[in-house]
Amino acid sequence: MKRMDYTFRILTGALAALLVIGPFLPQWMLFQVTVSFGKGLVVLGLLLLLRTGLVSFGQGLYYCLGAYTAGSLGLSLGLTDAVLSLLCGAAVAGFIAFILGFLLANYRGIFFAMLSLAFSMILYGLLVKTAFLGSTDGFNVGVPTLFGFMFSGRWVRYAVYALACLTVFLAALIMNRYLKTSLGRLSPAIKDNEIRVEYMGASVRRAIHIKYVIAAILAGAGGALTAITIGHIDPEMAYWTTSGEFVFITILGGTGNVLAPFLGSLIFESIRSFAYEYSPNTWQMVLGAALLLVIIFLPAGLWSVFQARQRRV
Amino acid sequence: MSDLLTVLVDGILYSSWLFIIAVGLTLIYGVMKILNMAHGSLYALGAYAAASLAGYWLNHGYAPLGSYGMLALAAVIVGLVMGPLIERGLLRFMYGKDEILLLIVTFALFLILEDVIKLIWGVDPFFISEPYGLLGSLDFAGLSYPAYNLIMIGVSLASGIGLLWILQYTRQGKLLLAVIHDREVSLAMGINVNRFYLITFTAGAMLAAIGGAFTAPTVSVVPGMGVEVIVLAFAVVVIGGLGSLQGAALGALIVGLVRSTAVHYLPEIELFSIYLVMALVLLLKPQGLYSAMEARKI
Repeated sequence: MKRMDYTFRILTGALAALLVIGPFLPQWMLFQVTVSFGKGLVVLGLLLLLRTGLVSFGQGLYYCLGAYTAGSLGLSLGLTDAVLSLLCGAAVAGFIAFILGFLLANYRGIFFAMLSLAFSMILYGLLVKTAFLGSTDGFNVGVPTLFGFMFSGRWVRYAVYALACLTVFLAALIMNRYLKTSLGRLSPAIKDNEIRVEYMGASVRRAIHIKYVIAAILAGAGGALTAITIGHIDPEMAYWTTSGEFVFITILGGTGNVLAPFLGSLIFESIRSFAYEYSPNTWQMVLGAALLLVIIFLPAGLWSVFQARQRRV
Repeated sequence: MSDLLTVLVDGILYSSWLFIIAVGLTLIYGVMKILNMAHGSLYALGAYAAASLAGYWLNHGYAPLGSYGMLALAAVIVGLVMGPLIERGLLRFMYGKDEILLLIVTFALFLILEDVIKLIWGVDPFFISEPYGLLGSLDFAGLSYPAYNLIMIGVSLASGIGLLWILQYTRQGKLLLAVIHDREVSLAMGINVNRFYLITFTAGAMLAAIGGAFTAPTVSVVPGMGVEVIVLAFAVVVIGGLGSLQGAALGALIVGLVRSTAVHYLPEIELFSIYLVMALVLLLKPQGLYSAMEARKI
């Protein structure tokens, strides 16, 4: 009970702080934080899967689906409402995951990773050949509105930023609660030994299926958020390197706490922008080296640094 | 009829290329249980080294036929340098860890190597097409194919049959089979497992580089050329059943034929037909077509 309060307190404090300082931050920083939070949502879903012992190398599938759903709403129906985009992106991703989940729930380990990768590459192949969605170039997403309001100038960015903060707050809060329910607590048990879980009377397949759908819903919302923030989408979002990036951030942040994905994502985006700024030809190398260092020296991710301190106090 | 033959020939040519890039991956997975994401980078390294070496050779006016030797030499050098460097410098600290973690370690390696290539060779494309046209072309079923394709088929057959022969008929190969079968018992019987891991990874890296080196004359050597190869090789070995040589051959054949059929009859689905087949095969045979039974742990 105590630990939940701790996470809850941090979340509420962070939300309040982010909303208050938002208007004073430069535009590029608002953009950076919003994009990081979009990716953080995807990573939050991967955290759930990783706790269950599963790594999806195809989460780009749902990220891209969410983004294209949000984009298509504006393209075909002229709907640019940010909240609606988010909800639709999440719903479409969740629906596809529900169907694919029947298949994927049978797989573990490397096969789960590879099959999810294959599915995301199928979407990539489809999008590249779909002319009315812009093929490899993708298309632009209109300026978002919020419940019918049009924002002017610099406030557009703040509105999306605030929406991102609120979404992250809710997602993290719900995930934190979920991890403490009996279904949520099955995750580490499945990771340790799923046959014992079956003997206890729980259905491993069903549990994995549900977790897979939850992860996809988060990824879809993250994709939609990214689409309305960046204003442009392309099939690259479903390419396997995008999915690899998400796995990267999951490992970087660690799976110790629902806040870790967002911390990891903020740090990842910062490393990337700075590395890209100062040495455009070696930024991948910097990222790769950072990943290796984390794996070797902080196997539980960056979050373990905070955890160790907390325990000592 | 001749249409069908064209599809078949194209498919087989593509299959032989796929097999060259997949065989090293499956070897490393079979022995070390590492699904090496850096495989594509080693492939690209091989291509770059080949372009440089063969380019040097031709620019200095040596016998043009020797450029084939240069391609092979480049691959051997890349394998001998990168294999031990990666295995001794990084992977040996990771043995015994989860397969998935090893996958992520090699992903980090992939990111690093991609930029190493850019640092060494820059971002401009390299062309080394002389060896491709050197042998002229062959007429077959009314179409003309560059004779270079025969070299690709030859390399592919040689690497597959050679590996199979080593595994089944040499003492070292049989020891390696023991290591694959049970690492701990092999250790207890006095087999130097670490040495086998080093040799295996070096051989796997070299095979990746051979793939790149012999592909170099047929394409433009550009940054990022390994990225696509990784997923293709994955698809091949996953269809065949991870870690099985026969499986990789069968996987390459299936993927090659499917792709050439798609290219000829349904070009829209060319890109993802391969992954569709992979998904279908995994649905029917979850462990791939050739797979060993695995004991459930309780």
